[in-house]
Order: sequence, then C-alpha cells, then structure tokens
Amino acid sequence: MQNIAVAFIPVVIALIAFYASLKKVPVYEAFTSGAKEGFNVSVRIIPYLVAMMMAVAMFRASGAIDLLGQALKPFFELIGMPVDLLPLAITRSLSGSGVRGIFAEIAQNYSPNAPITKTAAVMLGCSETTFYVLAVYFGSVGITKFRHALLAGIMADIAGIFFAIFVSKLMFY
Amino acid sequence: MINYIWLFFVASSVVIAFATGKVSDVSQSVFTSAQSAVEISIGLIGIMSLWLGIVEIAKRAGLMKSFAKLISPVLRLIFPSIPKDDPVQADIAMNITSNALGLGNAATPFGIKAMEGLQRLNKNEKDTASDDMCTFLTINTAGVQLIPVTVIGILVSLGATDASEIILPTMIATFGALVTGLIFVKTLICLFPESSKKKGDKKCKI
Repeated sequence: MQNIAVAFIPVVIALIAFYASLKKVPVYEAFTSGAKEGFNVSVRIIPYLVAMMMAVAMFRASGAIDLLGQALKPFFELIGMPVDLLPLAITRSLSGSGVRGIFAEIAQNYSPNAPITKTAAVMLGCSETTFYVLAVYFGSVGITKFRHALLAGIMADIAGIFFAIFVSKLMFY
Repeated sequence: MINYIWLFFVASSVVIAFATGKVSDVSQSVFTSAQSAVEISIGLIGIMSLWLGIVEIAKRAGLMKSFAKLISPVLRLIFPSIPKDDPVQADIAMNITSNALGLGNAATPFGIKAMEGLQRLNKNEKDTASDDMCTFLTINTAGVQLIPVTVIGILVSLGATDASEIILPTMIATFGALVTGLIFVKTLICLFPESSKKKGDKKCKI
C-alpha cells in the first residue's frame, strides 16, 4: 500500500502535465500562476490557527482533561471501556499532536501488540482533529460563524470513538 | 458560539490551573502553541503552492470541469444547492478522494479550494458558514480513510507485528463517524436553515 501511495502522486502529476500539454496549455506558466496563491492561503489561516491552538493548548496544560476524565470515568466503566483510553478519547477532537503523544504512551505502557493499543490505534485513525480542521478550512475563507459544523463534527468524533471501542472489543479481545 | 467555546477554553484553563497548580505549564503553553501554529501554517506553504499549481494546470486543461461533470450526480445528493456542473464539485471530490487515499497533504489544498468555491456560492454574510460548508466540513472532520496509513506507520514504528489488523475496525469506525456526522448536520440544517432561505421555502429532505 505504501508503495502504491508513493508512486501515485508523481504519476498523477506527470499525467496531468502531459495531458495539459496536449491541450496546448503552457504548463510552466499555469503552474506558477496557480502556485502563487499558496503563500497567501497559508498566511491567511495563521490568526485562526493561533487562536484555536492557543486555547486548546491552555486547556490541555491546565490538567482540565484529567478532571474531565475523572468525571467521565464512572460512565466509561459502566459501558466496559478501558479507563486508560479516556484521555485519548477526550483529546481526539482537540489536538492532533496531543493525541499522538498519548497514543505513544499507551503503546509503551502496555505493548504495541496489546488489544488496548490496537483499540487506541483505531480511535486514532477513525477521525480527524475537528478543531484543527475547522480552524484551517473556515479560516482560509474568513468564516467565524461555524453554525452546525462544530456540533456535527464533535458528534461524529464521539460516534467514531464508540464505534472504535465496540468494534475493537469484538475483534481484539 | 465559537466565541463562548473559546472563552470557555481560555477562562476554565486559568481557573483549573490555579486549582491544580499548573499555572506555569499553562503560561508556557500560550507561547509554544502560538509558535507552533505559525510553524504549521508556514510549513503548509510549499505543499499548498505545489498542489494549487497542479490544480491550475488541470483546470486550464479542462480536467476539473469534466471531473466535476462526472462526479456531479453523486455529489448533488449530498450538496443539493450547488449548481449543476459547478467546478467546486471537482475540488470537493478531489478533497474527499485524497483523504480517502490517506494523502492528507493533498487533501488540504483541495479542501481550501473547495471552501473558496463554496464561499463564492455562499448567500449568507461572508463571515457565516453556508449549509454546504457545514456538510463539507463534517465529512472532513470525520476523516474518512480507506487505509489508515499514518496510524499503521506509527504502530509499526513502535514495534507492532500485526498492525494491519486495525484496518477493518478503523474503516467501520470512521464510516460510523461519517454517517453519524452527516445525519446530525442534515438534521440541523433542516431544523435551522440558513437565514438566506425563507422558512418553508424547501421541504426538509434528509
């Protein structure tokens, strides 16, 4: 799979350029005129990303996630979910780098082949970092009123976590 | 709403930090996070320029238009208010395809192109998300992926011997997340339509 992915991008780029040349498109000029936008787009999202990542980083550094975990613990025990997965579940929507760090910790504390590590891996792979995605995409066009996107994104994350736990319980335990 | 959520994160962090004695951690996180947000954004410039360049070639060759035409019947089921054959459909489809194939760094430029297209069609105030934007970002936050290449990579690097075992469960979980997200966003759109649409203008179709 990794090999296919590696070959895929250059082949696609070459095919597009070749086809465009047949259509008499000046490929170099077209490429550069499109690429010019790359800088502006990247710079445009900076304020939104700083705002979002700062708020999330403060929240994580304050230990709020542990407190939240304590509060949710009885509920997770009730549904038979390993309590050690709680920080991962809570951080999933908030921080991409945070969630990878927590995952590495779980893999180290148990073993990389332990069922709980695999469950954590499924939780890691089943969803995106909602707050990051919203900040980048909405930020790129200057939107600050997210309307339904936030709630729907969070609900999708929560659903993903529960699906991850239940499917993993069936397959790994 | 995001104003309250932002305020909640910032204010509750400070209160909790005093209770847990992690004030200096919080203080430091303010600066490191601002720094890394800029590093991430700046780090996007290369990959963003690359893909926007390729897209421009594809666009001038008419590829995006024919792709939009091809994908239109399917996409219009999920995005009913995008005009038929509008080129934004090609960007949306490319974004979803790149995500599905695990090509995250290609997905972002296409996604941003798609957002620009949706902003062009946005009938609300320009700071307010349209229904289609909400649907599009719900699909993105669910992060649908056929093979979780990155996570498998991490597992293998940590020494897992049968990392491919997670493929099927991840697929089921991510699909479950997607369907749940879509049901939620469509229901919310139905209950609270954008202000540019008059009430009773359209029947609620989910």
